[in-house]
Amino acid sequence: MTATTPRPAAARTPLRDRVLKIAELVTTPLLPVDYLDLFDPLRSGAALRGRIEAVERETRDAATIVIRPGRDWLPHRPGQYVRIGIDVDGVRQWRAYSITSVLDRADGRFTITVKAIPDGKVSNHLVHRVQPGTIIQLDQATGEFCLPEQVPAKALFITAGSGITPVMGILRNHADQLTDTVLVHSSPTAEDVVFGAELRQMAAEGRIRLIEQHTDTAGMLDARSIAELVPDLHERATWACGPVGMLEALEEHWESIGAAERLYTERFRPRVLVTGEGGTITFTRNATTIEADGATPILDAAEEAGVLMPSGCRMGICFGCVLPLREGAVRDLRNGEVTTAAPGDGVLIQTCVSAAAGACDIDH
Amino acid sequence: MTVIQKKPENPIAHLTAEDIELLGKELDTIRQEVRDSLGEDDAKYIRTVIDVQRKLELGSRAVLLFSKFPPAWVLGTAGLSVAKILENMEIGHNILHGQWDWMRDPKIHSTTWEWDMASPAAQWKHSHNELHHTYTNVVGKDNDLGYGIMRVDEDQRWHPMYLAQPLWNFINACFFEYGIAAYDLELGKNLASKKRRQDPKFRAAAKQVLKKVRNQAAKDYVVHPLLSGPSFLPTLAANFTANVVRNLWSHSVIICGHFPEGVETFEKTSIEGETRGEWYVRQMLGSANISGSKAMHIMTGNLSHQVEHHLFPDLPSNRYAEIAPKVKDIFDRYGLTYHSAPLYKQVASAWHKVIRLSLPNGWLAETTPKNAPAQIVKLVRMTTGGKKVRRELMRAA
Repeated sequence: MTATTPRPAAARTPLRDRVLKIAELVTTPLLPVDYLDLFDPLRSGAALRGRIEAVERETRDAATIVIRPGRDWLPHRPGQYVRIGIDVDGVRQWRAYSITSVLDRADGRFTITVKAIPDGKVSNHLVHRVQPGTIIQLDQATGEFCLPEQVPAKALFITAGSGITPVMGILRNHADQLTDTVLVHSSPTAEDVVFGAELRQMAAEGRIRLIEQHTDTAGMLDARSIAELVPDLHERATWACGPVGMLEALEEHWESIGAAERLYTERFRPRVLVTGEGGTITFTRNATTIEADGATPILDAAEEAGVLMPSGCRMGICFGCVLPLREGAVRDLRNGEVTTAAPGDGVLIQTCVSAAAGACDIDH
Repeated sequence: MTVIQKKPENPIAHLTAEDIELLGKELDTIRQEVRDSLGEDDAKYIRTVIDVQRKLELGSRAVLLFSKFPPAWVLGTAGLSVAKILENMEIGHNILHGQWDWMRDPKIHSTTWEWDMASPAAQWKHSHNELHHTYTNVVGKDNDLGYGIMRVDEDQRWHPMYLAQPLWNFINACFFEYGIAAYDLELGKNLASKKRRQDPKFRAAAKQVLKKVRNQAAKDYVVHPLLSGPSFLPTLAANFTANVVRNLWSHSVIICGHFPEGVETFEKTSIEGETRGEWYVRQMLGSANISGSKAMHIMTGNLSHQVEHHLFPDLPSNRYAEIAPKVKDIFDRYGLTYHSAPLYKQVASAWHKVIRLSLPNGWLAETTPKNAPAQIVKLVRMTTGGKKVRRELMRAA
């Protein structure tokens, strides 16, 4: 029997690694990338960033942001969102926005479409104030609100407000495959419909059936009236995106007709149900102690105090913000459930949907 | 100088407990106003300083590749010295204080920053942020007072070895970054006994320092000279010069912060149960400012506003100048002395104190050209004689 001896690791070290080692000796205590970032923040190998190159107005409170991503950006799947980190008033804020552009743009850029929400720090900044040329931080696109490989013959999209944005990403990219499509969209007035002109054009060309509901005058649509408007609703694979209340009503209805598995929903914000009493949170490794109330997620309270926190979707889905609770009690803001940890437990908690329910000791 | 509690005229005797509490509240208000107004301009400021510093360092090191030509040597050394000063003072020191943590930029954050300095950031943060800034000017607690190698107070008994302290101080200034590293390691204390020497915690810390020193030295004294090829030696000399210039400068700035005449020191027992207001007062009396131009403030890392920095160590340094008049107003209204003078005066004052305290109490003040020979004989006798001789001669004075 012959055995192949693996070559020693040192011999396999590529030249690139060795060059990098020397470059590190040259730049210590900084890294070579710290200097390269000065000149080309979007280069390959850099932390993923993007440059805002244009802001196109959609409605009075919505705009499409054209972003040139760094060279390591991977193509997204239509319907996915991207997390962006942008400095607002000097403070880095992370938010997720749906990608609305077509996949094969000749210029290599992509777009997100943002609706300014009242008191929304980031959305108002993006819609009303951001200047082209601004560098932002990016994550790769992610999310499961996408069409399956086998595009269904009959599709239904139910959206409200900015909930249209992921659906627009889908409609623009899957125009050829979606042969029988209904879109039910709610917004306060006709002028407030983001992508209004383009959607009506699609409808005029017969590519989709568009049902617009202007809630300022006609009121909200409930699940039953949607069922009346779309009689073959049961036969359609359905995607819904909009306010939490609407999604819950739809989920209930689809459940009641035994078609829950044919409804895909996308939420933009967590459902906050309960608030507790708050407490003192200690981040042991940061040697930072903060006071937080029972309504504020630990993630937000810590960031407010200048602690660098891992974060992700900020709504309890992606587990990007999980940290070990060494000791103390936290309350899940979505259902009020209290999680406790005794010393040595190191219970993992989602900081974005957990608030302090007494003194907490977090290993971070 | 003597600790404030033993002075015949205590400069805070006129303040009641309520006064001190009120003063604390006024300072809290100033702090909150600045915190609430931090924004885009502040973020832009620190990013610009970092950007300028990095380009200056790159440019200077590029020029030094040709350092065998004297004009290139001079230009490159000057540029690198300024870049190193900016990096330590306005950038490193202040970021490591957490002054810019509010931006939540992981690249500019006290927990991720590392600086061009022999002492690793983590160790320095402990000895500086936790010890020095908490126990400012408390004799026996704040090792920044004389770095544990100097006589800093008349109440410390004089010993002939202190005659050398001006020399120690100068050598410490030239190699300040290593002095700081040794000081952060508490080297004197930790090398003293075998038990301490073998403490795994100390050994791990010492290992970290050695690694940092090795990397730093390799960069300045091996890698960059090698890259310079035929300019190897001139580049090595340039880098050494830039490090010494930076060390002398930062030592001068720092000695001005707490050491000039008139700055108060405190007894260990005086800080037990200290209130926030009392802590503020100690910072106010224990610090001194350097007056000067805007460029001068930037080059000192705004430690020229030492008083403001000690009151609010985590407020961004670019804001100290704007709050200085408000702080001074509080000093005036509460009848406290706000020490501020140009750099040369503060440096001279601090060195005067170093020299004065290197000699027996009163010796320098009593010496005139006329009695100089007699004084020198006395000093020699005190130096060569034993404890008993010293005590007798001190009493006779």
